[in-house]
Amino acid sequence: MNAARLERPLQIGARVVAFGLIAIAILWILFFANDTNFGPAIDDPRNFTVTLFNGLTFAGLLFIVASGFSLIFGLMRVVNMAHGSFYLLGGYIAYDIQQEMTGTGFTIAGSEVNTLEWVLPALAAAACIAALGLVIQQVFLRWNQGQELRQALITIALSVIIADQVIAHFHDGIAVNITWPGWTNRLIDLHVFDAQYSLARLGLLGIGIIVGGLLWLWLYRTRMGMVIRAGVDDQHMTSALGVNIQLVFAIGFVVGSALAAFGGAVGGSQGGIASGQDGQWLLNSLIVVIIGGMGSLLGAAAGALLYGLVFSFSAVYLPQGSTEYAIVLTFVLLALVLAFRPQGLFGRAG
Amino acid sequence: MMTPAAKQAAERAIAGAALLIVALGPLIFSDYWVSFILTQTFLLGIAAASLIFLSAYGGMISLAQTALLGVAGFTLGNLVTDTSSKGLNLGWDPWLSVVLAILITVAVGLVFGALASRSTGIYFLMITLTLGVLVYYFFGQVTEVSGFSGISGIARRAPGLVGGGSDPDRLYYTALILAILVYVLIRFVLRTPFGYALQGVRDDPVRMASLGYNVTLHRTLAFGLGAFFASLSGVLYVWWNGQIDPASINLQNTVDLLIIAVIGGLARVEGAWLGAFAFVAINNYVRDVSVPILGGSFNTVIGFIFLAIVLVSPDGLMGIWDRLTTGRRRPAFGATVEPAAATSGGAARGTSGQVGGHGTKEPPREGGGK
Repeated sequence: MNAARLERPLQIGARVVAFGLIAIAILWILFFANDTNFGPAIDDPRNFTVTLFNGLTFAGLLFIVASGFSLIFGLMRVVNMAHGSFYLLGGYIAYDIQQEMTGTGFTIAGSEVNTLEWVLPALAAAACIAALGLVIQQVFLRWNQGQELRQALITIALSVIIADQVIAHFHDGIAVNITWPGWTNRLIDLHVFDAQYSLARLGLLGIGIIVGGLLWLWLYRTRMGMVIRAGVDDQHMTSALGVNIQLVFAIGFVVGSALAAFGGAVGGSQGGIASGQDGQWLLNSLIVVIIGGMGSLLGAAAGALLYGLVFSFSAVYLPQGSTEYAIVLTFVLLALVLAFRPQGLFGRAG
Repeated sequence: MMTPAAKQAAERAIAGAALLIVALGPLIFSDYWVSFILTQTFLLGIAAASLIFLSAYGGMISLAQTALLGVAGFTLGNLVTDTSSKGLNLGWDPWLSVVLAILITVAVGLVFGALASRSTGIYFLMITLTLGVLVYYFFGQVTEVSGFSGISGIARRAPGLVGGGSDPDRLYYTALILAILVYVLIRFVLRTPFGYALQGVRDDPVRMASLGYNVTLHRTLAFGLGAFFASLSGVLYVWWNGQIDPASINLQNTVDLLIIAVIGGLARVEGAWLGAFAFVAINNYVRDVSVPILGGSFNTVIGFIFLAIVLVSPDGLMGIWDRLTTGRRRPAFGATVEPAAATSGGAARGTSGQVGGHGTKEPPREGGGK
């Protein structure tokens, strides 16, 4: 058939275009970006390094949130449209708990927050949203299993409700900041090109790597993880082998929701949390998993890295006056992946 | 319970009566109803019809329709306004601008369709949602064409034939006529070879592909047609609203359009205007409600209504009507569909079976591991 004969050259063509664009982008940043904020990287390696770390640390946060989204989808084929709402709600809960613990007003000086006063709110928020996620999964999603569209619509309805409830009950949804522990509030020397970088921001990357490591250990080195991976591959067969698949689903949903809320606490410490970010983080999660491939841990990491880097570099390495077109590069990234591998970089073809 | 013929007769009678009433609209209703509620119903209905057309006959739930509406609106705004507004202020001829706005939207729709249409079901929904939200951020961030404050003064530059913003009755009839045209066009397209092939692609893409049909191309073209309908809605929207800003096409509006389509029923195009009317009416008269116990505003109410419809009657008001008149059990939503319900539930079947592209090889999932 015609289409089949065309497939191979088209694939090669897409590959050439994709790698060509990547090469052009790298060459541009390294040597030719003269009209940009920082100029080419060989002239200003310090700012290049900082931009690189901006991308990497943002990727850390993206991974925390999107890995939860990907886990839920991979296991249950539920597209949790309320994932961004979980992020938002988690962030506000962490903020309120931190306010309660430190007993200070609207903004807290970093020096007044100790490690416990950051870790505990973040984990408590994750626990709250984990509980909420469990309720939602058991009450609304469990009996609709396999009806993917209906489940997506249910979570959309829930996200509309949660978004409104957040405005009603959490400081009218205004922007608030969760405060990092005081000791992270300093610049550290990266020892490359004299670049200095915020320790708290590096924390995003660190936490992302820790979360990724824990998820990997859990999924690939425990019996539970083995069962989950089996469930991702074939839930009917797994269930037929005597595994209580409903329990596995519930655990998967709990962990995925908790990751969204934990991401909300982390992201709220870095850039603040505000009503409206639910949509933004749903978009971020979607982009990461569409790029990386659904239900794959490695894919979530790769998607987060690519998106994070494109996001941070396009903001400063486009010619001056056109940096507002940065969003177009995100679209180009997405379009390339979809044209080249519709199932995502690490997604499995049906 | 009715026989199919009686049901059809009843539907025709209801449709005829409704058409007569809205045709005499300005004589019957208050100005507020004509210029606000009904005009808005017609134009939102067109946008919802583009969504329902794609879902019912193409098996594609697109969440990019609101963004495409926005592309048309913003393009028109940039082309047609001349002064004192954000954007390019090209000040071109109103009719030329409308045609260009529609063409550009269709072109964008074809690109989006080409990107998304290799995926099906839930993936398609996610990809179109992502594309749609990117459009929102595009118009929010690129200050040359809009920026967050948006473009205003578009109604003033509407062609005189549609009222130029000063004659709500003319705009009302423009919206009504376009709504009827869109409905007729959809019904017509479904009877063309393309329409039949599209429905075949929805029901069984693998078989259609092996019969020699280009599945991706059919989906892409259908998406382009959907973009055309959305662009009409977008043009009407900016004439009606006078201005457009990114907040008009944000995630909330995207979800609202989906809510309209779901309230009306994702399986039948008629539901689009029914859903739009219900939504606009609720939106208008339940605005200042206070929610007991939970607190919150109108959005909590609409969220619960949406949730209730999805849980109780996933095929919306049209589905309730169909069940009342034919006494058929409601089809399982997105899962198995009895063959008899192929037309009304086929969209749903296309979505679940096809995820991952191996739909035909495995039985539809139901009930997990029970």
